[in-house]
Amino acid sequence: MSREAALQLELRGITKRFGSLVANDSIDLTVETGEIHALLGENGAGKSTLMNVLYGLLQPDAGQILLDGKPVSFHNPREALNAGIGMVHQHFMLVPVFTVAENVMLGVERTTVLGLLNRRRARKDVLELSVRYGLAVDPDALVEDLPVGIQQRVEIVKALHREASIVILDEPTAVLTPGETNELFRIMRELKASGKSIIFISHKLKEVQEIADRVTVIRRGQVVGSPPPSATDEELASLMVGRAVELKVHKEPARPGEVTLDIQGLRVTDVTGRAVVNDVSLEVHSGEIVGIAGVQGNGQTELCEAILGLQHVAAGSIHVGGKDLTGAKTRVVLESGVSYIPEDRQEDGIVERFSLAENLVLDLYNRPPYASGMALHLDAIRESATKHMEEYDIRATSIDMTVGTLSGGNQQKVIVARELGRDVRLLVANQPTRGLDVGSIEFVHNEIVAARDHGTAVLICSTELDEIYALADRIVVMYEGQIAGERPPTVSIEELGLLMAGAGRSEHAQQVQPA
Amino acid sequence: MSQQDDGPGGTKPADPAVAGVTSSPSGASTADAPEAQAPGGAASLLSSSGHNNVPMALLNAVLEGSSAVVTILAIILAIIVGGLLIAFTSPPVLHAWSHVFSAPGAAFSQAWDVAASAYSSMFEGAIINPHTVTAAFHGGSTEAIFNPLSETAVNATPLILAGLAVALAFRAGMFNIGATGQFIGGAMIAGWIGFAVHLPMVIHVVVAVIGGFVGGAIVGWFVGDLKARTGAHEVIVTIMLNYVMEYLILFLLGLAVFRAAGSPNPISPPVMNNAMLPHLAGANLRINAGFLVALAAAVVIAWLLSRTTLGFELRTVGANQNAARAAGMSPERTWVKVMFICGGLAGLAGASVVLGTDFALTPQIYGTFGIDAITVALLGRAKPGGVVLAALLYGSLNAGSVTMQAATQIPVDIATVIQALIVLFVAAPPFVREVFHLRARRAGAEGQLLAKGWSS
Repeated sequence: MSREAALQLELRGITKRFGSLVANDSIDLTVETGEIHALLGENGAGKSTLMNVLYGLLQPDAGQILLDGKPVSFHNPREALNAGIGMVHQHFMLVPVFTVAENVMLGVERTTVLGLLNRRRARKDVLELSVRYGLAVDPDALVEDLPVGIQQRVEIVKALHREASIVILDEPTAVLTPGETNELFRIMRELKASGKSIIFISHKLKEVQEIADRVTVIRRGQVVGSPPPSATDEELASLMVGRAVELKVHKEPARPGEVTLDIQGLRVTDVTGRAVVNDVSLEVHSGEIVGIAGVQGNGQTELCEAILGLQHVAAGSIHVGGKDLTGAKTRVVLESGVSYIPEDRQEDGIVERFSLAENLVLDLYNRPPYASGMALHLDAIRESATKHMEEYDIRATSIDMTVGTLSGGNQQKVIVARELGRDVRLLVANQPTRGLDVGSIEFVHNEIVAARDHGTAVLICSTELDEIYALADRIVVMYEGQIAGERPPTVSIEELGLLMAGAGRSEHAQQVQPA
Repeated sequence: MSQQDDGPGGTKPADPAVAGVTSSPSGASTADAPEAQAPGGAASLLSSSGHNNVPMALLNAVLEGSSAVVTILAIILAIIVGGLLIAFTSPPVLHAWSHVFSAPGAAFSQAWDVAASAYSSMFEGAIINPHTVTAAFHGGSTEAIFNPLSETAVNATPLILAGLAVALAFRAGMFNIGATGQFIGGAMIAGWIGFAVHLPMVIHVVVAVIGGFVGGAIVGWFVGDLKARTGAHEVIVTIMLNYVMEYLILFLLGLAVFRAAGSPNPISPPVMNNAMLPHLAGANLRINAGFLVALAAAVVIAWLLSRTTLGFELRTVGANQNAARAAGMSPERTWVKVMFICGGLAGLAGASVVLGTDFALTPQIYGTFGIDAITVALLGRAKPGGVVLAALLYGSLNAGSVTMQAATQIPVDIATVIQALIVLFVAAPPFVREVFHLRARRAGAEGQLLAKGWSS
């Protein structure tokens, strides 16, 4: 089995142009056998393009790919796979209604003597790989029933099953919870120990520092440096962004005013009648940021949606500025001065097919000055769009550009511009920087703090503890739909972690401060 | 003013035989397209659970898969393939080709002649006939020159209106298969007002047309309301309602209220003169005010889509329902409003037929307009202007094919085949590009697509 032998990969002078845009500008990259090589760069820096070239999805305009010193060229992913390069895409390429084993054998189906699909063999292969690399994947589970983290492992199994020696992981942690991320890192180390090379694409500094053996930073299609993984956050970030980046948000102490958001005994149930938000009482004052920490799926999203009138309230009350908004229609909530940055921007926050201008008035289109009666005032819409584009530094060629073609960071800026570019009494922000790069995170954080300083009450949910620490004036932890505790922002990360894991559930009322 | 006899039976594709042929290719294309979407969509199903509805996938394939250039090339390609079909189904050509080795020249020229004469007679029937121009110089009627264009407009009128009914629903993320049922609802009320109610001149036709809108709108509203209240899928409901309405009109025409006195056939009394849509260019040309109604409707819908809050809502609901909800819109209420308007548009199509060309209700009055409307809407890329152009193209093929059959004995069905081919090619942009050696979009655009898929 020569293929079991690890490979050394070298990219020489890879150049890829899309029209006038140079996505990769003569990139050199060497991946040694058995190393985890991180490819660090902002969204749109050209990381994915480079990997698509390596994986045979794109043909380079110039440059060479060498495996163990021998030049190769891939015209399609199959050729790359045959040469021992596997890729796990950010969006999984799995058939939801197939089992894990069926997904793994898809494309390399083995048949029995009778010409039937050899499912037993596929099951055996999956089990074997699962055991060898500690993947813990059930070959008989339907993919659609699996959580995202496990689906990702199925993708890894797929790559390994095709005997990949070099595995490309494209932004693998973007969809994972912190716990799942740790599991993934454990698996990556196992793979490395067995001699596989891993190319790890990321824009998260902490992850790169934790897992990578070597780092290559890409900015605007060029390699701008290969710092050691031990480099500081600031060093890595400034290489990535091309300027010094403030990783800490500068903010004055909060000056809380009167109560703006008042939630009492809120209960939200899912379709099965199970309480996903259970007896939650919470106050947010004007001029303060309350951060809700918690592992994803502990009721934060439902809480935010209930405030916005997007979830049915089973019990309890919601008041904003003294006005009863329990069970109110979303439009009424918005018109009461509530702004909302949803968790999933492409699903809930923007309409990808719409222009920038249209997206900037998505929840304002029916109010003056944008409309009177049934008529839209296109001039007013365009005028305010031009203003917002400039003010919020949205990088687009014009306000008529389709938002779906913008980068994630710019899409988020569109939402932030829309939601904060008006009089806001309460801002509800759920994961406002998910999937954004360092520069964009800095921007969004500063905007949220600026809104607070103007007297807006801010409720922010985040699974990133860094974000909670950076922004929150008070930290509330949610666990299984309930408030597990409230802490000042000086709380230790260990204590917060315990609360998030459910340890503080019983001491909710006691407010004990361990030493 | 009396009914005109210059071939109403031929120009209106309402004969059962034609109806059968028309519905089968269109039906096949609508049924196959979603399936063709399925494998490609499967990979992304996981991440976008809310977006995997079939109408949108089909619409996206048409809206984003093909450019205007591809659409035009698809039409050209369809005409070429249609020409081959005409040639190689003609007995003289087949005979010539059986001697292809002894007389290859004759075989090719025979094939060319048949196809060319078919298309030129089709052109003469749909656009202009040079003989009528020469005749006009020698004292013939000038009206004859414009008869082909008039026929094209008359054929296009109900297609524009019904096409808008499907296109508008598309924009709101709904697949309105029910233009047939809504057409019947409109035709029934417009027709009844036309033959049973006595009103003064101008008022009568206006009331009858409005009645047509209301009749269709009620049927459409019912669909929208069911979807909003119970989640019933509009595709199922509209298909079923089509049957209900087809049998309803048959039933009504059996009742004394609707059946013409003493007629042995299920046919209503003729529409009164006051209720007829006025002719636009003299009594000898069939073009009537219905064409203006259709063009006005297209303008109104274009305005509605781009300039009104309702249009903004329906486009948002159609493009991203979740974002619409988060922005405070109510998809349910939008569906009801949109289906009301769509039904009204299809109802207007019914009114335009019963008050403009047929002048009486018959059990087959709906013809294939409702089905053709779907292909017109797709070909017009669900835009009002596009729908008008697509309907004019279809109208000209329908009008021209009648002349073609009279002149060359080639069956009118070839127009239906060409229409089906156009839709087939429009739905397969890569194939059209391949045939014409077109570069696959701009390289940049495709790269962005890839980049978009695999990195946020």
